[in-house]
Amino acid sequence: MEITTRGLWTLVHGMGFGALYLLACSGALVELWRRYAPTDLSPITEREEAFLRWYLLAMALLAWIAVLTGTYIIYPWYRAIPQAGTVNLGGYPQRLLLSNPATSGWHSIGMEWKEHVAWLVPISITMAFAVFNHHRRNLRNHPELRAAVLSFMLISFLAAGIAGFFGAMLNKHAPVEGGEKIQLMQGESR
Amino acid sequence: MSSHSAGATTPAAKAMTNGSGAAAILAAGFASFVLAVLAIAADKSTTIKTLMNFYRPTGPLSGVTTSAILAWIILWIVLERSWRNRSLPMTRINRIALALFVLGLLLTCPPIADLF
Repeated sequence: MEITTRGLWTLVHGMGFGALYLLACSGALVELWRRYAPTDLSPITEREEAFLRWYLLAMALLAWIAVLTGTYIIYPWYRAIPQAGTVNLGGYPQRLLLSNPATSGWHSIGMEWKEHVAWLVPISITMAFAVFNHHRRNLRNHPELRAAVLSFMLISFLAAGIAGFFGAMLNKHAPVEGGEKIQLMQGESR
Repeated sequence: MSSHSAGATTPAAKAMTNGSGAAAILAAGFASFVLAVLAIAADKSTTIKTLMNFYRPTGPLSGVTTSAILAWIILWIVLERSWRNRSLPMTRINRIALALFVLGLLLTCPPIADLF
């Protein structure tokens, strides 16, 4: 069972940072909706407040690491240009997708949207963290701030979902592969 | 006593201004819109595409995102300094920020971006 270094980076970017962000997003939305509603009269403890602060900070870090690894490590491999006369486009995912009308849309719509829309996610979650870090439990007294944070997070969840969906589909049709091979496990031989 | 230290709502907590939050929210909406506009501009104009090529392996995406992030941070700092001690009409700011954010999301979609 082997994986290439490029394949490993893509896995860490998508399944590690991206998917973890999506999972975390639903939790933060529920917590902000439920515990910080102006109608909830039960006091918010310092422990609960600290938990959400660290949770949002972790989400912001995940989002930043996801877009930075995607843009500056994986994307250059994806858009690499082959030398003239190259027949096997396996190491050039963008060119491989564009070489076939049946797959070109995965680049011209999928990647073109993904590479930009993903950047809305760290912007919105950093804002959410900053607003929560400033107001903390007092966010309950500012329902309009809470509504804005929830709305931005909900749309960022959608943006992360779009990026994640296209990332998975792109990797299915033209995986980013190459570099050294890493042996993960020894398989059984028959 | 810090406004963060009480378990229940205090008068100090209620009096806390919303200016810092408003600055962060509006700046985030603006940044999303700027990112989408720069992405369209870099796609349509060869000059802007070349200008946005900050890091060759990543291409114009590097300049588009870096410029949008810089615009976001600058606007956030300016608004924070102007609004931090003020209470602002959040309904209007929320509407503007959300409209910019949704426009950012839609304008990054290639079939919509190609209309321009």
